[in-house]
Amino acid sequence: MNDHHTAKAFDSDLQDLSRMVAEMGGLAEKLIADSVGALAKRDTALAQRVTVADASIDELQQEIEAKSVLTIARRQPMAVDLRDIVGALRLANDLERIGDLAKNIAKRVIALNAEFPPPKLIRGVEHMTDLVLEQLKTVLDAYARRDVKKALEVWRGDEEIDSMCTSVFRELLTYMMEDPRNITFCIHLMFCAKNIERMGDHATNIAETVHYIIEGRPIADPRPKGDTTTIPSLRAELS
Amino acid sequence: MNSVASFTVPTVTHTGVNTVNLTDKVTIRNLDFFYGDNRALKNIDVSLYDGKVTAFIGPSGCGKSTLLRVLNRMYDLYPNQRATGEVTLDNENILDPAQDVNLLRAKVGMVFQKPTPFPMTIYENIAFGIRLYEKLPKSEMDDRVQRALERAAIWNEVKDKLGANGQSLSGGQQQRLCIARTVAVRPEVILLDEPCSALDPISTAKIEELIDELKEDYTLVIVTHNMQQAARVSDFTAFMYLGELVEFGETSKIFTQPNDRRTQDYITGRFG
Repeated sequence: MNDHHTAKAFDSDLQDLSRMVAEMGGLAEKLIADSVGALAKRDTALAQRVTVADASIDELQQEIEAKSVLTIARRQPMAVDLRDIVGALRLANDLERIGDLAKNIAKRVIALNAEFPPPKLIRGVEHMTDLVLEQLKTVLDAYARRDVKKALEVWRGDEEIDSMCTSVFRELLTYMMEDPRNITFCIHLMFCAKNIERMGDHATNIAETVHYIIEGRPIADPRPKGDTTTIPSLRAELS
Repeated sequence: MNSVASFTVPTVTHTGVNTVNLTDKVTIRNLDFFYGDNRALKNIDVSLYDGKVTAFIGPSGCGKSTLLRVLNRMYDLYPNQRATGEVTLDNENILDPAQDVNLLRAKVGMVFQKPTPFPMTIYENIAFGIRLYEKLPKSEMDDRVQRALERAAIWNEVKDKLGANGQSLSGGQQQRLCIARTVAVRPEVILLDEPCSALDPISTAKIEELIDELKEDYTLVIVTHNMQQAARVSDFTAFMYLGELVEFGETSKIFTQPNDRRTQDYITGRFG
C-alpha cells in the first residue's frame, strides 16, 4: 500500500492519534507498576500519587476522542484509515479503564492503612502484574508496528494471567479460613488481583483491536479462558 | 492499432458477492471500447443487478463515463467509436447493430453531470419525451407529467408554475426536472453520470433521497467522484482504473475492506 495520503495533513492527523495512544499506553504502564509497587512497598505516598496521576490518562482519552471526531468529520476516512481511527478510540477506552483499575488498587493501598498482608501473599499479585505489564508492552508495540502476529501472541497469552488469578484466589481463601482477622486485607488483595486480571482482559481487547485495524475483521477463534474462579466445580472442590 | 491477440486480460477481484436473490438486469461480458485506436475499456465483466444501485468509481479517465455511454449506445452518435464484446439487457444484446437505439434509450435513461433542461416550459420538458413514444389524450398526459414530477420529488416546487421555462429553475431543481424527464418515459435502467457534482449539499441530499426511492422500481447506475456519495447511495460498487475493472463488490465491503490494493489506495486518498 502507498504509505502516504495525497493530503499530507491527513497523515499527520493519523500519526498524532497513534502518538497520543502510545503516550497513554506509557502512562497506563507506569500507573500499573506504581500502584502494585505501592502495595508491595507499603508506600501510601506513592499510592496517593497514582490516584492523582490517573487524571492525565483521562485527559488524554478525551483528547483522542476529540481528535478522532474531528478527523472523521474533516477527512471522511475509508477502509484502513477509518479502522485506524475507530481503533484509536477503542484503545483509548481500554487504556482509560486500565488507569481506573490501577487507581482502584492505589485506593485500596491507602484503605489498608498500614494493615498490610504478609509479603508472601503479595508475591502472587506481583507476579500477575509482571505478566500483565509484559502483555501490555507487547500489545502496544504490536499496535505501533501494526504487527498482527504479536497481537495474536498477546491474545493467546491471557490464559496464564487468568490461571494465576485463580491460584491467588485459592491461596487467599485458605488464608481467610485460617483466621477471620485476615479477611479484610485478603478481600482487598483479592480485589487487587481481580483488577490486574481485568487489566489483562483489556490488553486482550487491545490485541483484538490491533487485529481488526490490520485485517478488517475480528479474530475468528474462541478466546482462551484460564480464570476458573466462577466455575462451580472449583467451588465444590474448595468446600 | 493493437491487435486483439496482444491484449492482456485484467484480473478482476469480485469481492464475495452473494448472488442469491439477485437477478442480472444488465450483463456485461468481455467488453472492450475504442475511441479510434485508443482502447478505453479493457475486457470489462460485470453484472448490474435488478432493483439495485451500482456505483462506478475511479480516477478521471478510467472509463466510468465511457462504460455508461455504452449502456445506452450513446457512442453511436460519434464516428470512430466502437464497442466489442457483449452487453445484454434482459438477455438481449444491446450491442447488436440491429438493436433499435431509440427504443434502447427509452429503456435506459440517462441523467448528465450538468442539468440539461430543454429551453421550453417545465410541463413540455416532461411531455416532450413521452410524445416521442406514446400518443396520449391531454388529461392522461397531465397525469403522466404530474406523476413524473412527483416521482422526482419536485412536484410541490413547480406545480404552480408548469408554464415557466425549465431553465428558470435552480440547479438542483433543474437536475430533478431532468430526472423527472427520464422517469416519465418509464425506463428500466437509469444512468446517472455525476448527477450531483454541480449541486449544493441540500440539492445533493434530495437527489440521493430520490435515488433511494427510485431503486424500488428501477435499476440504477451512478458514476461519481464523491466516494462518500457512492458509499451512501449504492448497493454495489465497481472500482475502475486505466480502463480496467479492478474490483467489484458489495458497497459495504468495498469501502471498509477492499481486496485489491489499488482500490484501497484510491478510496483512502493515497493515489498518485
